[in-house]
Amino acid sequence: MSRKQGDTMMLETPFHSRVALANELNLWEAWSGYTTPSAYFDVELEYFAVRSAAGVFDLSPMNKYRITGPDAGAFLNRLVTRDVGKIGVDRVGYTVWCDNAGQVMDDGTIFHLAENDYRLCAYARAMDWLSWSALGFDVSVVDESAEVAALAVQGPTSCSCLQSMGLDGLETLKPFGIAHFDFEGEDLMVSRTGFTGDLGYEVWIAPNKAETLWDKLFEAGKPYMIKPFGSQALELTRIETGFLQAGVDFVPAQETIRPGRSRSPFELGLGWLVDLNKPVFNGRQALIREQQIGSRYHFVILDVDGNKPAHNSFLFKGQQQVGTVTSAAWCPTAKSNVAFAQIETACGDIGDQLVAEIYYEKELHWTRVLAPCKVIDGAVFNPARRRMTPAVAY
Amino acid sequence: MTNYDVLVVGGGHNGLICAAYLARAGRKVMVLEANEQPGGAAASREFASGYTVSSCAHWLTQLSPQISKDLALERHGLQLAARDLDSIGLAPNGQHVTVTGSAVEGAALSEEDKLAYAEFHRKTIKFSRLLARAFAERPPKLVESNLTDRINLLKLGLGMKLLGKEDMSELLRLALINMYDVMEEHFDNETLKGLLSFDGVLGAHMGPRSPNTVFGYLYRRVGDVHGYNGPAVVKGGMGALGSAMADAARALGVEIRTASKVEKINLDQGRATGVTLNGGEVIGAKLVVSNADPVTTFEKLVGFRNVETGLVRRVSQIRMRSGVAKLHLALNGLPSFSGLTETQLGQRLVIAPTMDYIERAFNSSKYGESSTSPALDISIPSVHDSSLAPAGKHVLSAIVQYAPYDLGQGWDNHKEAFTQQLIETIGTYAPDIGERVVASELLTPVDLEREFHIKGGHWHHGEISLDQVMMMRPFPGATQYGTPVEGLYLCGAGTHPGGGVMGLAGRNAAREIIKRGGAA
Repeated sequence: MSRKQGDTMMLETPFHSRVALANELNLWEAWSGYTTPSAYFDVELEYFAVRSAAGVFDLSPMNKYRITGPDAGAFLNRLVTRDVGKIGVDRVGYTVWCDNAGQVMDDGTIFHLAENDYRLCAYARAMDWLSWSALGFDVSVVDESAEVAALAVQGPTSCSCLQSMGLDGLETLKPFGIAHFDFEGEDLMVSRTGFTGDLGYEVWIAPNKAETLWDKLFEAGKPYMIKPFGSQALELTRIETGFLQAGVDFVPAQETIRPGRSRSPFELGLGWLVDLNKPVFNGRQALIREQQIGSRYHFVILDVDGNKPAHNSFLFKGQQQVGTVTSAAWCPTAKSNVAFAQIETACGDIGDQLVAEIYYEKELHWTRVLAPCKVIDGAVFNPARRRMTPAVAY
Repeated sequence: MTNYDVLVVGGGHNGLICAAYLARAGRKVMVLEANEQPGGAAASREFASGYTVSSCAHWLTQLSPQISKDLALERHGLQLAARDLDSIGLAPNGQHVTVTGSAVEGAALSEEDKLAYAEFHRKTIKFSRLLARAFAERPPKLVESNLTDRINLLKLGLGMKLLGKEDMSELLRLALINMYDVMEEHFDNETLKGLLSFDGVLGAHMGPRSPNTVFGYLYRRVGDVHGYNGPAVVKGGMGALGSAMADAARALGVEIRTASKVEKINLDQGRATGVTLNGGEVIGAKLVVSNADPVTTFEKLVGFRNVETGLVRRVSQIRMRSGVAKLHLALNGLPSFSGLTETQLGQRLVIAPTMDYIERAFNSSKYGESSTSPALDISIPSVHDSSLAPAGKHVLSAIVQYAPYDLGQGWDNHKEAFTQQLIETIGTYAPDIGERVVASELLTPVDLEREFHIKGGHWHHGEISLDQVMMMRPFPGATQYGTPVEGLYLCGAGTHPGGGVMGLAGRNAAREIIKRGGAA
């Protein structure tokens, strides 16, 4: 069987023609069946574009489910851990959802588009679970992953870029708010959301307008130093700002094979997303039990001495191994060496001192460092402009 | 307001038994039954003026003797019109086969087959005795087991070990395979093989070649362990058993409300607090015990939206589509079956002349069609009990396999034709049956579902097969009669050990509730 050049088994996003053109490194990876860029030209420069100007990330492969019908809200409320009733129309809420054992299956966002109309964005494919969950509800669940194209526009000049593209009044959009604009006769939905911890937006459009949107956005953003960025730069930004990555910082419960390898929301530091006052939701009984008997782990952010990222490190308290690192990065803006860790519940209070055993290699020479580290309270990157409305102009 | 300690939803035999044991332990119990008469599938019905039959189960073959004794059912009116009946496998050529407990007779039967049957019976009863012991206890949990569970598992293992090396390995070999192969291994006579293999698939949506139908056979033989050396006929029909159970329960202080359909089980913060009747009346209780099948319980009464998705998935996947219908005929006189004497007409008559006959009948059902040559389990109870029909007249009741729940063309269009076909099938063996019939009634699985409020019309509230018994009944993770809904228990045939008017599910559930100190 012969294969034509460029003919792969991977899907292409609606922005692919533009992304491929911009991808100077020709560096690709698979995301949810789509081919997506790991980096476009230079990971550090892409990262600094996001932190100092504006970066654009193609998030079209994200799994998107449209949930409509009279029971849409009730359905979501039984599905996820938080109280969906508190997410008003034109608002977005971050949440997790659990299996019956109270173990996190995924995290994602709920977009409340209109009355009885929601979009659930998920890391993992979820149609099977959503379909089972829909039994007994008057609700329709449709996988619209391929019907909605989306870009994240993130960074201090993101608002200016979009305003200059014609989105008048965008500066008044509050964090986690949703607004709609006309874009060449098509609805352009903008949410003030993102995965970088800075001022930023996600823009959602029909696939047939995707390429035009990309072109107009980059044209309008040119004076504001807009650049595309890939998954590697995104990884730096999300660690710097303290966001968990499904599949990295936890394994979706339905994908774990060995007992005990999944995590509860409490164990991931996401207890604030759990509303046990709801009479029923998936995992409720198990989570109540966990509150009574205690969790096995807890999630901490560590400030690690030195500049060597503590990838995959074991963590010690004295002689005792108390945990492991799930994500690590040297964070350029905050100038700190950050690690996310899962550690035994007995230790890990804010200010606790631990030791990370770091291995690193230079020209086939391996070095082992025992780096002191400290449990810190919250993320190292958390600028005020992230929350300010109206958005500060740059 | 909580008036009752326990509300039992559904006054089937297991519900009544559960209620009776709970009341005996001092609980204030009320049973709510949707139908006019308590008893559930132990019911009688006058389907034509003057003609009464048992409308669902028509033989008594498995009822636990311990329960009979504990509830003093005889004192409360239970009478057997006949017991220890033979099972006669009808052959089209008149060379029928008659099973009497441990022995088999028949003109065409070889001495080898007779000896082989005696040995087969010895072996299967030995296995069923083991089952009967496990059936009398709550099913052990495999994980998180406590001491009682471990002892129960140990007893089961020890029981298997005590079978002896040969019989134990035979049990392990047989339990998982199908009746067809086992019959081929043991016997030559086709009618005998047909008769015995029919016992392995009775009430099930399986054919003789389906896996673990041997388990179905052993399951039925638990009745032999319970002292039924063949089927028994209840005087007045099975409804009389339902009445006796209801009276026994009342005598122990149980309040029974009939014609009171429970619309929903009420929850507060995930805990069962009582029920709402279809008229809107709300009744509170410390515990709710559902005698309804697990699907009806969670889908309709609790509501899928009020429980977690994992539970919904488990419950939705219980296999409980019935392939069994019930035929009732009013006869103006005893039909004459070729090769049978008049006294033999009171025995259990089985039309399943060969295993292939049953398998072919099952094939249709797999594809949503009714069998063109159905297998039948026939009872003419009026031979033993003249109260069921006017003087000189008779009633015939037959279990019909197979009649799929989801018939492709829909039952409304097919009921009459199928009834005619059944009468013709019987006519092959009793040529005068057609002229004897004065009235008829066919209860399809859809009718059985409606009459007895059983999802899918499955009389066992879910298929009896190895993946749905013991700790997997009604589904893995919800065992020992408790449910993920706090304060809600199950006591119906959908729980261990299953249906068959055995009564152990109801009794075991009551014992478990008492043991856990529920509603004390």
